[in-house]
Amino acid sequence: MNQQQRKNCQNRIFNYFHQWWFRVILCCTIVFLYAPIIVLVIFSFNDSRRNVTWHGFTFKYYEKAIHNNNLIEAFLNSLSIAFFNTVFSLILGTLTALLLWRFRFSYKSVYEGIILVPIIIPEICIGIALLVFFNLCGWPNDLPWPLNLSKITCAHILFSFPFVAVIIRARLAKFNLDQEEAALDLGANHKQIFKNVLFPHLKPALIVSSLLAFTLSLDDFVITFFMSGPETTTVPIKIYSMVRFSVTPEVNAASTILLLITIVLAAIAIWIQRGWAKEVEKS
Amino acid sequence: MKSARNHKLAFWLTFCPPTLWMLIFLLVPILIIGIFSFSAKQGLVDISASWVLDNHIRAFDPVYLSVFFKSIGIAALTTLICFLIGFPVAIGIASAPKSWKPVLLMIVVLPFWVNLLIRTYALIAVFRTRGFFNFSLEWVANLFGIPFEPLTLLYNDAAVILGLVYIHLPFMILPLYAGFEGFNKSLLEAASDLGAQQFKIITAIVLPIMAPSIISGCILVFIPALGSFLTPELLGGPSSQMIANVIERQFLAANDWPFGSALSMMLIYLTFGALALRYFWLRRRNFSSTENKP
Repeated sequence: MNQQQRKNCQNRIFNYFHQWWFRVILCCTIVFLYAPIIVLVIFSFNDSRRNVTWHGFTFKYYEKAIHNNNLIEAFLNSLSIAFFNTVFSLILGTLTALLLWRFRFSYKSVYEGIILVPIIIPEICIGIALLVFFNLCGWPNDLPWPLNLSKITCAHILFSFPFVAVIIRARLAKFNLDQEEAALDLGANHKQIFKNVLFPHLKPALIVSSLLAFTLSLDDFVITFFMSGPETTTVPIKIYSMVRFSVTPEVNAASTILLLITIVLAAIAIWIQRGWAKEVEKS
Repeated sequence: MKSARNHKLAFWLTFCPPTLWMLIFLLVPILIIGIFSFSAKQGLVDISASWVLDNHIRAFDPVYLSVFFKSIGIAALTTLICFLIGFPVAIGIASAPKSWKPVLLMIVVLPFWVNLLIRTYALIAVFRTRGFFNFSLEWVANLFGIPFEPLTLLYNDAAVILGLVYIHLPFMILPLYAGFEGFNKSLLEAASDLGAQQFKIITAIVLPIMAPSIISGCILVFIPALGSFLTPELLGGPSSQMIANVIERQFLAANDWPFGSALSMMLIYLTFGALALRYFWLRRRNFSSTENKP
């Protein structure tokens, strides 16, 4: 069998992509995944409170959402929590990745497992464990803004930094140690190596993981639910209380704004990761 | 890789901050609820660590035991449905032309980034009694002149499973995709040359080879589905409460912290039980595969 025939044969047997059943299932899956979200976005522009039939285009509910002071306050809270979460998760995650990449120590595999525990165990358990913990240790409740968000921020850092560590460690694994040796031979000190060799290599991973940490924090509901008080609501908590009340175009509008922010962040992250994959292919 | 002994300062500088964070905000809180689960409630607020088993015994009360079984059942069914949808999608994407793969993968992964609450809310908007799904059905029925009563699609167990499948599907597709990408396709070619049919190739070769990634995908769906709180809270009816909802009520409504702690410790045990099963299964598999080698 020559190369061409072999290729044809392979195409015939394994090219599930070209078979009708795959296309039907894929189309149904995509409709299932996206239709509800798209409907939600479209109907945020609907000029009717009943929210089922189309009554014309309007920005009315966005204006309402923007003039809803509680929502804006929740939005500012969410953004500040996400910002502090990103900074701290990036520091802790990078340190963890460097530690696991650089050093040999006893019980290292156990340590690696423990780092992943916040990702693995159910969110509700982390939520109630931290609720009990903050209550027992007498964490002050009446701090001025933004310190009153510290409980939520600490909880978010706990489940964000393992993700950062995993991403940065994957990038570190691709670091060519010869580069470091070359820099040492050329007389660079450790600080210079970190700044001029290691950091540029890590940069895409740092950007991707900070975007991930930001969205994780912006999106979290369950753990925040147990940490938040009347003064410290976040956007998901606010939307939740609106959803419990009823399905209205205003909720659609608020959800669409949050959706837009996360989609933009996700698109940037995925785009950077693609460039990174291409770079690996080249080398 | 360097030894920690020779670079003490750098080691401790990278070791301490993340470890302290884990210790303070994860291990200590879990230790506290672990102790609480063996404690007794005294009066309204006081809790004494008296090392009693009452809370654990109460968790085996038929009322709570049925919640546990129901949660496990719902999570298992969710996992099964995710696999039945995810498997064909994953092998289809893996065999797609190179230019299509990243696009299809991105389409599958993107919903993962969208807020859980928003996705659940979108499902409510579509499937509620006066939602778009019923509205479309009504439109079709009117077209054929059939009388139509809106269906009650939400607030039952089926709605919870639908919501969980909707949220966890990407977690199943990604490992299956990676698993199918990772093995040598000449095996399939050989089977086909020897006259095996398409279905036989999938059951006799693809499924056994992909078993580790299938197990990973199932774990990735089963564990979060088992502990899910928001989906049953919003899509479920009064009888479709899962463990997480009962736990939440112990803390925020019933104010019985020791019992709530016992329930959440059991949820943690179940989670690690599922992980342990996977670990032992993989070890046995590796062991038997090395044994069979000549």
